Amino acid sequence: MNLTLHVWRQKNPQSEGRFVTYQAKNIIPDMSFLEMLDVVNQELIMNGEEPIAFEHDCREGICGSCGMVINGYPHGGHRGTTACQLHMRHFKDGDTITIEPWRARAFPVMKDLIVDRSAFDRIIQAGGFISANTGAAQDANTILVPKQNAEAAMDAAACIGCGACVAACPNASAMLFTAAKIAHLGLLPQGQPERYTRVVRMVEQMDKEGFGGCTNIGECAAACPKEIPLDVIARMNRDLLVAKLKGVN
Amino acid sequence: MTTIETRPTTIRPATEYLDPRLNAKIPEGPIERKWERHKFEMKLVSPTNRRRYTIIVVGTGLAGASAAATLGEAGYNVKCYTYHDSPRRAHSISAQGGINAAKNYRNDGDSVFRLFYDTVKGGDFRAREANVYRLAEVSMAIIDQCVAQGVPFAREYSGYLDNRSFGGALVARTFYARGQTGQQLLLGAYQALSRQIGLGQVKMFSRTEMLDLVVIDGRARGIVTRDLVTGKIESHVADAVVLATGGYSNVFYLSTNAKACNTTAIWRAYRRGAFFGNPCFTQIHPTCIPVSGDHQSKLTLMSESLRNDGRVWVPKTPGDKRPPSSIPEDERDYFLERKYPSYGNLAPRDIASRAAKEVCDEGRGVGPGGLGVYLDFSDAIKRLGKKVIEERYGNLFEMYERITGENPYETPMRIYPAPHYTMGGLWVDYNLMSTIPGLFVIGEANFSDHGANRLGASALMQGLADGYFILPYTIADYLASTKLPKVDTSHIAFREAEAEVADRIKRLLNTKGTRTVDMFHRELGRIMWDYCGMARNEAGLKRALELIPELRERFWREVKVPGESNDINQELEKAGRVADFMELAELMCIDALHRDESCGGHFREEHQTEDGEAKRDDENFAYVAAWEFTGLGTKPVLHKEPLIFEYVKPTIRSYK
Repeated sequence: MNLTLHVWRQKNPQSEGRFVTYQAKNIIPDMSFLEMLDVVNQELIMNGEEPIAFEHDCREGICGSCGMVINGYPHGGHRGTTACQLHMRHFKDGDTITIEPWRARAFPVMKDLIVDRSAFDRIIQAGGFISANTGAAQDANTILVPKQNAEAAMDAAACIGCGACVAACPNASAMLFTAAKIAHLGLLPQGQPERYTRVVRMVEQMDKEGFGGCTNIGECAAACPKEIPLDVIARMNRDLLVAKLKGVN
Repeated sequence: MTTIETRPTTIRPATEYLDPRLNAKIPEGPIERKWERHKFEMKLVSPTNRRRYTIIVVGTGLAGASAAATLGEAGYNVKCYTYHDSPRRAHSISAQGGINAAKNYRNDGDSVFRLFYDTVKGGDFRAREANVYRLAEVSMAIIDQCVAQGVPFAREYSGYLDNRSFGGALVARTFYARGQTGQQLLLGAYQALSRQIGLGQVKMFSRTEMLDLVVIDGRARGIVTRDLVTGKIESHVADAVVLATGGYSNVFYLSTNAKACNTTAIWRAYRRGAFFGNPCFTQIHPTCIPVSGDHQSKLTLMSESLRNDGRVWVPKTPGDKRPPSSIPEDERDYFLERKYPSYGNLAPRDIASRAAKEVCDEGRGVGPGGLGVYLDFSDAIKRLGKKVIEERYGNLFEMYERITGENPYETPMRIYPAPHYTMGGLWVDYNLMSTIPGLFVIGEANFSDHGANRLGASALMQGLADGYFILPYTIADYLASTKLPKVDTSHIAFREAEAEVADRIKRLLNTKGTRTVDMFHRELGRIMWDYCGMARNEAGLKRALELIPELRERFWREVKVPGESNDINQELEKAGRVADFMELAELMCIDALHRDESCGGHFREEHQTEDGEAKRDDENFAYVAAWEFTGLGTKPVLHKEPLIFEYVKPTIRSYK
């Protein structure tokens, strides 16, 4: 099939970006979305132009590198699917596709579809961990975790840090990302000692990075390729409230 | 065939191979006491002195992140590098199935010795016994550590940890977190690392690629990097350098590795004098989604854990094109169950891969091009119900459907082998130090623990064993027993390395040829898959050794790299990596040609038993081949480290 692409091109953070139109020719339905871009890029290179810069690595939907807004939806809007796992069989011959980077103040565009997501790393650095130095641990089976808690923790821990939640949110909020880590660790017995300092520090860092607040729209959970449930945010707010009442800072 | 032979045996006199540079430094004493004793005998760096040392860690996968975090916790100054935007993206994240540990929580007869035994046997007797034993020994502490960090491993209803079985073992010793074990373990290590970054103990350099190693007075003293955003070439000094940069399966172009996985860091170290161990030992994983067309950019693995409940089969008649549901039971060949009744569908990876290739070569393969076999869950669904299967493999089934458009609950999956892991890597001694003093190599980047074939769920174990529990001890011993003169980046060695790196980048950009990097990479991958893949022979390897230098020469003459050097330039990054793959490919073929035996994943067609199994030659090849670089285009020098089996007697590896 043949497609028309409108792709956001931007040389660097300082320069102004714009949409450029390309034709993607002879695309096969079995190709992934990124493989379709590979085809376009190979042609651009052969024509002496710079290829479209986009991040990608595992191409299995787990590393969280890829991420682009496809026709207005982060990762293309298919349930539980990253851009690398989106296949061209979902498009039809003659379609026009608009491709742009995540749009959020806290995620500045670096080049074309590449944005700077290091704010996420700083949120984790602020408290998204359990302080367990190597070697200090007791036998693993001395900590019992009810299966349903382990499962719920795993649901939250499945976050790949791609940033689709931020891109989908009208406020560019990073609540789902932050809350997923807080839920993952807070649901486990090992995560209890630092539970309240964790939520305070991570939320503080999140605000400092310039992400917006949550207004309970739920776009984040709908866009999340790992289907992190929205209720982790409620859990985070509850923990934050308790922390404030306890005077944790 | 699982009898344990503990009688000491010697293959041939070790003196025959003695090479002073290849001293593995294996501690004295009985195997179960070696590590304990060595830990006591090694020198320590006092807590107050640790901050005086700077350690560079390149790579943030399981090995790199766990090492950097642990060294940071100990109080060293750590500088950590990744070419990704975040340490959390490293390819360890893609590991699905699980991590082995000899906990024996299932009371099914597991022990440190059995994990050691299974690993040595699984590696077809081409790994160093003492290293493997230590790996099995520390495996338990890894699980403890990860649970303490909050890794959400699968649990029983009682709250205890759950286990499953994996290929090459008759016990259930694999811990897992759904089909995302690698992700969860990596996030555990990433979070521990993040904590150290937040505390200022580790300085993190993201989007920074190591392009050379700097050796001063025979010791590793730093690296040269390129900032992938600004293009700036920079030098970094340290007292020791740790490479945790993963494997090189992408030499095949199509592999299960992430797109950016490359050999550059270890290859540059090899060129600076580190010996390369067993480069031809590569693992072809049996359960990957088959290639769907020429556009294919990478291959997707389906976890080996699927073989716990899936049955592998092909039609009995060649050319049978009926849909799987119309092929009656008695016209199906469950070839793994037929050939290996005791391990059945859980035969080790090399054996299962070759068996799949064999039936496809006979014309019995399924799917487009006949390059595929069925992995069928219908019996398991009948037996356990769809819900149980969904609980165990739900995310894998979804992934399969997303990629192929087929529903594996209704129609069998199609799978085919694909390059997945490289057992070969830089040669290291028992202390994980390469032949360059001060250069340590951990995780998949070293050659050490898996011999000629790695068992499932052992890569995660090795990466974390090296990073959390082994390297932090051995690197302290090196630092405490070495007097290092003060150097800075103005040293001529740094200046020269920087100039070489800059020059190479300039050459790549200025060639302005007619073919893209990907075109060359695909061509290289084709040569490697055809001649140095699942089956190898003398004529093919000799042919590859003609084709590779010729391709490399064309690459430097005809490659087209767009853009500039002072900017984000993904084609330039790729070009440098592919250039190094072109050199590595030749070494792999040289090694495969010299190893005139079959063992594990290295299958030389000339050496097979009557029923097509790998035939080892312990008389002549029970050694590690460690290659020394002597210049491009000149033959590398082979050094041999003898492998002596005192505890597990080499036998014909049988899984029947």
